[in-house]
Amino acid sequence: MPSKSLSWRVSLPQILMLSFVLIGAIAAAKETDPWVRPDAAPAPPENLPNASRIALGEMLFWDPRLSKKSSMSCASCHNPALGWSDGLPTAVGFDMQQLGRATPTILNTAFNTIQMWDGRKANLEDQALGPIEAAGEMNLPLPEMVVRLKGIPGYAPHFEKAYPGEGISEVTVARAIASFERTVLSTEAPFDRWRKGDEKAMSPEAKRGFAVFNGKANCAACHMGFNFSDNGFHNIGVKDAGTPDAGRFAQRKVKAMQGAFKTPTLRDVALTAPYMRNGSYKTLMEVVEHYDRGGDDKSNLDVNMAPLALSAAEKSELVAFMQSLTGAPRLVSVPVLPQ
Amino acid sequence: MKLISRSIIALALSAALGSHAMAGEHAVSQVKKAFTVPVVKAKVGDKVTFKNDDDFAHNVFSLSSVQEFDLGSYKKGEARTVTLAKEGTIEVECAIHPEMKMKIEVSK
Repeated sequence: MPSKSLSWRVSLPQILMLSFVLIGAIAAAKETDPWVRPDAAPAPPENLPNASRIALGEMLFWDPRLSKKSSMSCASCHNPALGWSDGLPTAVGFDMQQLGRATPTILNTAFNTIQMWDGRKANLEDQALGPIEAAGEMNLPLPEMVVRLKGIPGYAPHFEKAYPGEGISEVTVARAIASFERTVLSTEAPFDRWRKGDEKAMSPEAKRGFAVFNGKANCAACHMGFNFSDNGFHNIGVKDAGTPDAGRFAQRKVKAMQGAFKTPTLRDVALTAPYMRNGSYKTLMEVVEHYDRGGDDKSNLDVNMAPLALSAAEKSELVAFMQSLTGAPRLVSVPVLPQ
Repeated sequence: MKLISRSIIALALSAALGSHAMAGEHAVSQVKKAFTVPVVKAKVGDKVTFKNDDDFAHNVFSLSSVQEFDLGSYKKGEARTVTLAKEGTIEVECAIHPEMKMKIEVSK
């Protein structure tokens, strides 16, 4: 009996200690697991989001009057019904002209530390005005945009509520759109539930695919972390039909940047076909085949690229894994626009 | 006369070797998508070696007006070196990961 009593007195603190250690370990694992999605997106201190700013940004995002002919809005290309992209190989811009690059999804752009395929925009505020004024896209000079918005009486109270005393300006338009974009975040995917410990959330095939993704296929060298992007620039050997696209080289005259483009997120990637910066591939399997070949245009390949010699099973596993990154469907409502 | 010239040669050699021995060598590593130091203070003629200690490729270049160089992209475990040619501040970046930036402050 005494020994039992002693055993109880000793084991209680031990159990408590063990509990604290376990709780600490779980908390630490959650904090340090690079694949776990954060609960919120970061925002700059000068443009912290609130309901008024997000609502205004949503209106501007859907408003075709932000284009020269009032015929296209941000949502024309970044269509939520098509994974916040357009389902086209390359974008269609002003007057239906075919542009040279695919429309990137705006899903999770809030987590990007640099914007656009070639990184020519530093942040979301900077990016938001780019397509509006680009001649090939919405083609509306920014001073004209401000005049036009000031001529729509219904907008003034929304700007006043969102940015009191600041009025309608290029800055407030950019900040409002950026605030809305920061709400376009991926939803919980089977992969996320699996990372939280639900073993049944992902198929065994998809789990093996994640191992291939991190191992033999070396995808995680660039598609790293919860957003599956290193915010970096790589030439992955995608062929252009015509003149090769210089990509990041236009911004940084460094050899490695010739034909290099920003690593896109893989969140909801199954919803954003066709793939690659020029829409070369219709399916995820074609993308995997591209990497398995080690790219096609090998004139300036990224050092991370090499032929992979994947088996048919490994290729299917990679596709299954990428499909496990599709988040739960999100209901999107279209705002009534101010008049 | 011969003795004097020999002494001069010896002195010159010693000065040359001495200055060579004085040239500093600085090591910078690339870990977790960052340079291990934000600034290296060095002198003209010093060498700075950049080692990639990440599991993925990095790149080192500078488009600085003081000294342009492009050490290219390289894998884990590899290292490349630049010799500092001029006085001034050189901004160094990884072209692959634009968040990775550091400076080399070069003095005479």
